Amino acid sequence: MLETLLQGMLLGGLYCLFALGQSLMFGVMRLTNTAQGDFIILGAFAAIAGMNALAALGWGHGSAPLMVMLALLPLAFGFGYALQRWVLNGTLGRDPLPSLVVTFGLSIVIQNLLLELFSADPRSIETGGLNTASVALPAGLAIGVLPLAIFALALLATGALQWLFNGTRLGRAFRAVSDDKEIAELMGLNSNTVYALATAIAFVLIALAGVLQGMRTTVSPADGPLLLLFAFEAVIIGGMGSFWGTLIGALLLGITQQIGFRIDPGWGIWVGHIVFLIVLVLRPQGLFPKTRG
Amino acid sequence: MAQVEVIRSTPVSRAALWVGLLLIVVAAGLPFWAPEGSGSSWMREFVEIACYLIFAMMWNLLAGYGGMVSIGQQAFFGFGGYVMLMLGNFAGVNPFVAVPLGALAAALIAVPVSFVAFRLQGGYFAIGTWVIADVFRLSFANMSVVGGGSGTSLTALRGIEKATRENLTFWIALACVVAAIALIYLFLRSKRGLALLAIRDNEVAAESQGIAVAGMKLAVYVVAAFGAGLAGALYFVGNLRISPDAAFSVNWTAFAIFMVVIGGIGRIEGPIVGALIFWALNKCFSGYGTWYLMGLGLLAIVVTIFFKQGLWGWAQRRFGLSLFPTQRTLRL
Repeated sequence: MLETLLQGMLLGGLYCLFALGQSLMFGVMRLTNTAQGDFIILGAFAAIAGMNALAALGWGHGSAPLMVMLALLPLAFGFGYALQRWVLNGTLGRDPLPSLVVTFGLSIVIQNLLLELFSADPRSIETGGLNTASVALPAGLAIGVLPLAIFALALLATGALQWLFNGTRLGRAFRAVSDDKEIAELMGLNSNTVYALATAIAFVLIALAGVLQGMRTTVSPADGPLLLLFAFEAVIIGGMGSFWGTLIGALLLGITQQIGFRIDPGWGIWVGHIVFLIVLVLRPQGLFPKTRG
Repeated sequence: MAQVEVIRSTPVSRAALWVGLLLIVVAAGLPFWAPEGSGSSWMREFVEIACYLIFAMMWNLLAGYGGMVSIGQQAFFGFGGYVMLMLGNFAGVNPFVAVPLGALAAALIAVPVSFVAFRLQGGYFAIGTWVIADVFRLSFANMSVVGGGSGTSLTALRGIEKATRENLTFWIALACVVAAIALIYLFLRSKRGLALLAIRDNEVAAESQGIAVAGMKLAVYVVAAFGAGLAGALYFVGNLRISPDAAFSVNWTAFAIFMVVIGGIGRIEGPIVGALIFWALNKCFSGYGTWYLMGLGLLAIVVTIFFKQGLWGWAQRRFGLSLFPTQRTLRL
């Protein structure tokens, strides 16, 4: 039982990283990115391609995943900025349809592009044994080093994002355009730039989540939509606009799924969905809401 | 006080009605005039595109008129299909009779589902309905009576001769398409349709004029679920084999969104034009597989950003065409 809880929490750490980017984009501009999961998978495949390129150059040793990740994050930042600035900003407004259709279209494009380039076979990022290493705990438990590192990164990312939101000039700009775009613009903010920066940061988190997902397990081009659903559930369970809430939501989702898997492998994800729907019925604003829809 | 005349049709719309009726009669006779050997494949193709069209029309009703953008309508599509199959295989109901029953079951289950889904709005509603559809998929994937994840076959049609089965499926599909268009058209022309248009344009203003917004939205959601269930039941009568991944695939909604956006959202002609374009594209390019699907995705993005009204919206503005007028024009 303790082991199930522990595994669930570690899984939740990964889900938290899936969800933080979604939570940020929801919070700042009410944008629902239906391609969130596909961008995560794209990040994983970009890392795999980068590793292959490094290996071809004769640089295939242990530090390769780290190097690829460090190169990927600024790329993701630039990509996210450009996507928001020149594509998604034009779709924002009272009507949710344009942004939904555009991100949904992107999701289909990404899935089929990856299918064309990498085939449907599941792949993973070579970590040089890191994914199987574990540390022994008392009471005969053992936990993986990689899941533990992912969990630590999730805590770090949540804390950093909350600090960015509450304690910096940029965070103040995020909150201002979120509360009232017109007044924020009257005060001299350029909402288009602020939105682009929010998406840029979200995409750094997406790339990070993608690389970690690829290291922890396998990825294949059609995996994206399910990851989107997990990210969405974590955000809604946690409550809008609170990153710690998103973390708690992700942990709850991870633990319930793990318990479900323990009872019957066929029902794990189903149990997670049901818990999400129950929270939605009983507490539609989420467990720790900060902002209003 | 001046006499006011309410005009509800145009010469074009009256002509369209007659042409439409003629087309229906010609189409209904297809089994008799089709050349030897190709009738069967034509009918199969028609049944498939009919399912897409009905599904897309219902998505258009939900999103374009009701303002509820759902990515989870495949829940009702698959549910209608599964109920039809279970009624046929286990309860001994004639599968053709089970088609409307499957649609009815989808409408019934939409009532409790709406209770959960309506907690969310806008973009969150879209993904929330997707989660619900995934619950449906996983539930049927874990039911061993219907073959679990690998699905099962519609054995109830075994005794019927192939030609009879194909003709019947075709006629029912044709009837369903005509009924779906008529239902939506008459609904939108009625008093309730006017209320729905008012809600779409401004929810708060509509409420202040005495329209019961919540009840209206529920009604639209249930009708859309009925239509999606009808399309699903019909599709699997034609297909004879069902599996959770096929029945509850998000691709159903993806294609519906594509058709509606290309054709023009919020107008009855939109999904019809969209389905014709989708059929033509499918015929010409589906051999390109992944590149074809990438093209569809890109086309949807480009149309959404640059041609918000879709193809029919453009035609309507350019030529003032309206085959299914729902507006009331007052002449003093």
